[in-house]
Amino acid sequence: MANPVQPFSPEDLARRRRRSVALAVILVVMVALFFITTIVRLGSTVGERAL
Amino acid sequence: MQVTSNIIDVALPDGGQGDVKDFVGLLKPRVMSLVVFTAIVGLLAAPGTIHPWMGFMAILCIAVGAGASGALNMWYDADIDAIMKRTASRPVPAGKITPHEALGFGIVLSVASVLLLGLFTNIAAAALLAFTIFFYAVVYTMWLKRATPQNIVIGGAAGAFPPMVAWAAVTGSFDLGSFSLFLLIFMWTPPHFWALALFKEIDYGKAGVPMLPNVAGRPATKNQILWYTIGLFPTIALPLVTGVAGWIYAAGATALTLKFLFDAIVLYRAEGTASENKAAGKLFGFSILWLFALFAFILVEKLLGLPAVGNWF
Repeated sequence: MANPVQPFSPEDLARRRRRSVALAVILVVMVALFFITTIVRLGSTVGERAL
Repeated sequence: MQVTSNIIDVALPDGGQGDVKDFVGLLKPRVMSLVVFTAIVGLLAAPGTIHPWMGFMAILCIAVGAGASGALNMWYDADIDAIMKRTASRPVPAGKITPHEALGFGIVLSVASVLLLGLFTNIAAAALLAFTIFFYAVVYTMWLKRATPQNIVIGGAAGAFPPMVAWAAVTGSFDLGSFSLFLLIFMWTPPHFWALALFKEIDYGKAGVPMLPNVAGRPATKNQILWYTIGLFPTIALPLVTGVAGWIYAAGATALTLKFLFDAIVLYRAEGTASENKAAGKLFGFSILWLFALFAFILVEKLLGLPAVGNWF
C-alpha cells in the first residue's frame, strides 16, 4: 500500500488560514462600514421621526 | 493501486493556493494609490458638498473598482506578463493564483464597487465607474493593447476617469472642471508610458505588444513624446480657466511642465540606445512626480480654501 498523499502541505494550510482570517476581517469591516453609512444617511433626527 | 493514485491526482487542489498578499497584488496597489489620490482631489475640487463619510465611501468604492480592473487585466494578460521581466512575478504568471481565481475576484469586486457607489452616492458616478472598469478591462486590455501602438493613447482614458468619478459623486454630473482634471492625466499618459516603452523595448518586443518604439521606431517615439509634452502646456491651463485651480497650481504646474519639456528635449536629442534609455528613465521617473505634484497643488489649495484663478465658462 502506497503512503497516502497529502493534497495540502503545511504551507498550503497556513495560507488558507491567513485567507480565512483576512476574509473574516473584511466581513467585520464591511458590517461596520454599512452600519455607519446607514446611520449617516438616516441623519441625526431619525429618532424624532413620526411613527 | 493505480485507481487510488488517480483519485488522489484528481483531488489535488486547482487553485486555493494564493496568500493574502497575492490577492492584494492583483489589485495593483501602486496604480491604486494614484487613482485614490487623484480621486480625492476630484472629490475636493468639485463644486458642492458631500458628507465626509460618504466621500470616504466613494473613494473606497473607486479604489476597489480600480483594483478590480487591475485583477481583470492580470487575468487576461497572464500570457504576456509571464514573458516580460517587469511583470513575470505577478501572482497569476508566478502560479500563485489561478487565472479563474483572478477573473472571479475581479468580477466580484467590479460588481460590488459599482453597486455600492451607486447606492452611496448617485447613478452618474456609478455608471462612470462601471464604464471605467469596462474601458480598462475590455477596450484597453482585450482589444487595444495587442492591436495598435496607439494602445496607451486611447487606453489612457481609463486611468484618467477616477477624478471625474469622484467629482460626479459630489455633483451628480460631468462638467468642464472635471474634464480638465481628466485631460491632465489623459495627456500625461503617452509621454509617461512611451518613456517606459523605450527602456523596456526588448521586453515588449518579446511579448509581442505593439508599443510605439517596437512598431514605429525609437526616433518616432522620441518625437511623439516631445509633441505630447508640448501639448501639456494648454492642458495645464484648463483647470485655471474652469474654476478648479488657483495661483499655487499655476506657478507650480508651469515650472514642472517646463522641466518636463526640458527632459523631453534631452531625450529627443539623445543618441545611442544607452543614453536614450538613461534619458527615458529620467523622464519616466519625473513624469510620476509631475502628476502627483499637480494634483497635490490643487489639493493644497482646496484644503487651505484658496480661490481658483477664474471660470471663463
